[in-house]
Amino acid sequence: MSLSAHDPWAFAGIVLAMAAAVYLTRVSGFWLIGRFTIGVRLRRMLDALPGAIIAATVLPLLVHGGLAGLAAVIGALAAMLALRNDFAAVLAGMAAAALVRFAGF
Amino acid sequence: MPASSTPEPAAPKPFKSYWTFAGFRDGVIATLPLMPGLFAFGMAFGTVAARKGFSLFDAVLMSAVVFSGTAQIIVVDVWPPEITAATTFAAAVATFVICSRFILVSAAMQPLLGRLPARQVYPFLHFLVEPPWLLAARYQREGGDDPGFVIGSAAVCWVIWVVSTAPGFWLGSAVDPLTFGLDMVMPAFFMAMLVPLWQGRRMAIAWAVAGVVAVAADLTLGGFWYVVLGALAGSLVAAFGEEGA
Repeated sequence: MSLSAHDPWAFAGIVLAMAAAVYLTRVSGFWLIGRFTIGVRLRRMLDALPGAIIAATVLPLLVHGGLAGLAAVIGALAAMLALRNDFAAVLAGMAAAALVRFAGF
Repeated sequence: MPASSTPEPAAPKPFKSYWTFAGFRDGVIATLPLMPGLFAFGMAFGTVAARKGFSLFDAVLMSAVVFSGTAQIIVVDVWPPEITAATTFAAAVATFVICSRFILVSAAMQPLLGRLPARQVYPFLHFLVEPPWLLAARYQREGGDDPGFVIGSAAVCWVIWVVSTAPGFWLGSAVDPLTFGLDMVMPAFFMAMLVPLWQGRRMAIAWAVAGVVAVAADLTLGGFWYVVLGALAGSLVAAFGEEGA
């Protein structure tokens, strides 16, 4: 059975299937860790996770993203180290990327 | 249930609150610097949905229910001309893979969100996205322990995400987000959040391993698993690496 691309029921089906898939990802890690008592090693692992996820997200992006991405990341890092302010860091990252693009890279 | 008529003065059942509005408000405030970037991201989805012939109602509904920018943009971009059980299943699998990083994000949030009772935390987890998680990582490092912070931050993200779909739908690509570096909001924010997470050399090794493994996985496997593979490798190094570093 097939339905047209914008059939309301078929659309609802895909949206619900996608929502279920997203929910599965957002629940499974939480559920799994809840099965364990958090000892030293698991504690360390959880502590390292945020930075590890950031590194695993940003570094491949830099490999693909070219000079604008590099400028954004360096700009944000420099502003954060200097000012310890999220807004300034995000703004500096955007500005650095925009400048690099404006300059034609 | 009818009230019991037993005369003994039962101790008043204390109303236990698991999170506070003060925490919620702090989470909202902490998320404000990200609003322009989130808004631009939401507009990008609206634009893609309009181009693919979606109704505005369908686009907004999808944003509200699915609430995952990357997955929505990619699935809508390859929306099938005819919908079958197989295409529906394929959309679900693609979504799962694209969102696989949330398996780790939700694991990392367990110590804080585990303070909530199951009846609150399991519905809430559907709305767990990156900004609340990263902001909460710093919040916890600074001694915060109120799950309301995460809920407030996620609420801002959800509202911006849903509201921004319509202007993107109407305006299309009138404004090129690249010109203003809006596409770099998330990478810049991610990078800034590394600073408060810094904890000395053990972290540096874990992060480096995570980054290198992710790049290797990205270049060899492609797809979307590289975040999970890299982050798992890095955090395992932190867990089982040399003692006392």
